[in-house]
Amino acid sequence: MTTAPAPTLPPVTAARRPARSRSLRPWYRNGPLVAGIVIVGGLILVAIFAPLITPYSPTTQNLTDVLQGPSGAHWLGTDQFGRDVFTRLVWSTRVDLRIGFIAVLIPFVVGSILGGLAGYFGGWLDLIVMRLVDIFFAFPFYVMVIALVFVLGAGETSIYLAIATVSWVSYAKIVRGEVLVAKQQDYVMAARLGGFSHLRVLARHIGPNVLSQAIIYAMSDIVQDIMAIVTLGYLGLGIAPPTAEWGSMISQGQQFITTQWEQATIPGLAVVVTSLGLSWLGDGLSDLLSPDRRK
Amino acid sequence: MLHRLRFIPGRILQAIPVAFGVTILVFLMSHLLPGNPAVAILGSHATPASVAALSKHLGLDKPLWEQYWLFLTHLLQGDLGQSLTYQQPVVGLVFSAVPVTLSLVAYALVLSLIISVPLAGWAATKPSGVRDLAVRAYTLLGQGMPQFWVGIMLILLVAVRLRLFPVSGYGQTPLDHLYYLFLPALTLAISMCPTIIRSLRASTIQVLGSEYIGTARSKGIAGASLFRVHVLRNAAIPTVSIVGVNLGYLVGGSLVIEHVFAIPGLGSLMINAIFARDFPTIQGVALFVALFVVIVGIVTDVVYTLLDPRVDLANTEAVR
Amino acid sequence: MTETPLLSVRNLSLGVQRKGRATTVIVDDISFDVAEGERFGIVGESGSGKSLTLRAIANLLPAGVKVLSGTIAYRGQDLQTMPAKSRRRLAGQEIAMIFQEPMTALNPVMRVGEQIAESPRRNLGLSKSAAMDLAIDMMRKTGIPDPAHRARAYPHELSGGLRQRIMIAMALSCSPRLLLCDEPTTALDVTVQLQVLRLLEQLCEDTETALVFVTHDLGVVNQTCRELGVMYAGEIVERGRVKDVFADPRHPYTKGLLDSAPDFDQPDRELIAIAGFPPNLADRPDGCPFQPRCSFAVERCATSRPRLEPVLPVLPGREAACFETARIFQGATA
Repeated sequence: MTTAPAPTLPPVTAARRPARSRSLRPWYRNGPLVAGIVIVGGLILVAIFAPLITPYSPTTQNLTDVLQGPSGAHWLGTDQFGRDVFTRLVWSTRVDLRIGFIAVLIPFVVGSILGGLAGYFGGWLDLIVMRLVDIFFAFPFYVMVIALVFVLGAGETSIYLAIATVSWVSYAKIVRGEVLVAKQQDYVMAARLGGFSHLRVLARHIGPNVLSQAIIYAMSDIVQDIMAIVTLGYLGLGIAPPTAEWGSMISQGQQFITTQWEQATIPGLAVVVTSLGLSWLGDGLSDLLSPDRRK
Repeated sequence: MLHRLRFIPGRILQAIPVAFGVTILVFLMSHLLPGNPAVAILGSHATPASVAALSKHLGLDKPLWEQYWLFLTHLLQGDLGQSLTYQQPVVGLVFSAVPVTLSLVAYALVLSLIISVPLAGWAATKPSGVRDLAVRAYTLLGQGMPQFWVGIMLILLVAVRLRLFPVSGYGQTPLDHLYYLFLPALTLAISMCPTIIRSLRASTIQVLGSEYIGTARSKGIAGASLFRVHVLRNAAIPTVSIVGVNLGYLVGGSLVIEHVFAIPGLGSLMINAIFARDFPTIQGVALFVALFVVIVGIVTDVVYTLLDPRVDLANTEAVR
Repeated sequence: MTETPLLSVRNLSLGVQRKGRATTVIVDDISFDVAEGERFGIVGESGSGKSLTLRAIANLLPAGVKVLSGTIAYRGQDLQTMPAKSRRRLAGQEIAMIFQEPMTALNPVMRVGEQIAESPRRNLGLSKSAAMDLAIDMMRKTGIPDPAHRARAYPHELSGGLRQRIMIAMALSCSPRLLLCDEPTTALDVTVQLQVLRLLEQLCEDTETALVFVTHDLGVVNQTCRELGVMYAGEIVERGRVKDVFADPRHPYTKGLLDSAPDFDQPDRELIAIAGFPPNLADRPDGCPFQPRCSFAVERCATSRPRLEPVLPVLPGREAACFETARIFQGATA
């Protein structure tokens, strides 16, 4: 009887978790991501070079040319104050994009810090922060924002404050959740055993891993903030006229919906395109930062 | 099963500090402004005399905690103050506006479900197929469109061009209401559907891949009854939770939509109050809406427990 | 045997076809019959294709895996060509399946009694209460204590052993003629395993239900099955009655399996593992699939594929797919 060769341990041939093709593809192959970059990049360029794109002023009134339809001279016609609609559309990019990008920063910072501290230290700090989160969360976004803007007066600063007051909650929840998970990981315990202070552990070890989720959320939050700014503009609570802003343009255009429907429609489309671009950009970023956690 | 509902009293207890916090926040909103609330109400052209008089009238000269105490005690007695524009108790105004808003929200929710469930199921059965991509495209677009703009577009297309539905207003009889509320409810539904579809589609895909669906198929079950009895019951669970969370957004959105369509609900009440600088009314509406959301949260937990027999909220830590 | 076998699998091949790429064959040209009341075991390692074979019979192949060729006939009728409705009816009434992991194989939001009653209700047309009575009766037969009360439980409230009994009750509720078992005891504690196996045997004998039992555990096959087929890399490499095969294996792989399995009767025997690892199915070599690991391989083994052929002495169903079987096994000294 022949004997088989000496026993060897078979190597681990269990199927490895198949790498999602999305994360292996280089970023420039990701269709939506590229589209997002193009759109957002294009919008930023439009915002920067707005004065160079059209010869008209977005705010100067010209009461002789009121409410004209689209023509060669005025691609989208003029509004009831004789201003070129296309110019105002283009100049709105400056307002809405800028405010959107800035508005997302404060809640991001405040919410992440509070959520991170709450998750990391736990105890009564966690209890307080979570109660605060519950309280703020009970107020629907628009109810709060509208009420706050009213209370603080219309204008840019009020918008930032109002959005910050309402939005920090989501960041706190996300970061706290991530920190709670990260806290259990071995690398954190190793760092603490190594004698690193809490602060250092938070900043250098947990922080980077945890913030990626917050950043991903921030991308969709920008979209929501721009929506809010535009809505406030529509309600007359946002950026004061005569500054060109998509929301106030739609509100104005609503009056002439039967005759010049494009005045109310086109600015809305601009918002849709902007949101689409930002959403794609956000999704693409999400794929890059954490490919295994795609929703 | 009732045994699992024993978490409710604890949950309500938990909600009470939140409710208190809500009242504090609402109070602070109007009383901790830069400057004098009386000035904010009267506007910057007011004379010092009228400001002083109004301040006294509003009790603004008292210390802050005393003001809050007054506010709270009045609140618990059902007194939210007097509307400055209508000279009527705010509570009355709020309560007459509530049914309108609630019917709008309920209508929107029903429409959303009617649209979302088939679309999500449709898309989930063939992921990455043509219809799935179409549904996902709608989801993406739906989140990018400002709600009020969708409302205006609907007005333009359906009410103005096609003359199928009224442009605005509320109507007289309940049947009228259904007719008048259709476009606003549809507007809200269009914005709500993407969230529901995304969640339902994802959970349906997951359920369809489960072993127990294989078991059911091995028993010869297929088609509509497979979907109804096995798939939907399981796939709906995470979606219920998401809907509960988003109900707050729905109510918030209805605020603006009521303004677009001139519906006499809480939204119009609040926005008109804002332009009229009617503080007490603004406070009243904000308070009511916030408390409503807190209650909705509890109800969502109850529904969730009823749907999923594995959940035992009395034992687990609040996983929020 | 002149009567039509209950289940007849002929030249069945399963695989994955991807656009623009070569087809990956997972199960390659296998054939076997199962008679009424027979207990047929399919043994093999993970990846040998045994589970997929079962799923092909039950029409539960995962997405992407297709029947590439061959027939599956139940009572003479080809399952693949019959209308979908008829096949579903068979699935409800005559062919049942038990899965490996009862926790995931039971609907988590439905009471277990309802789940057992579901099949008789739909497939036998029983009323709700009659079906529930039947379900409770089945639960009693599978040895579940206090069945009327337990029927109202949800799957997560029961232990693994109880859940598997529920699965068995569910599968047997319509008195199927053919029961397909996909490693039903693998996920259970050893002590519970024996109970469940005995239960299965008992029930199947009482109702003369045929069993196709897929497992990687030789002890289980020995216990429960009368006939067996050994699968390797998607092919059946040896076949025969269990006691014949175990006493006198005729394929190097089967021998390797037996040599590496612990044996209570010989506790000090050295366990010899089979060197190497299963082949990459996408890159099938020519020749015998076991050849790279076979210590008896000769040149011919690498170039041409051996087919299942009867071995000596002639015993019912006794076959092996090895060119060298005669030399290796019959020339062996004691």
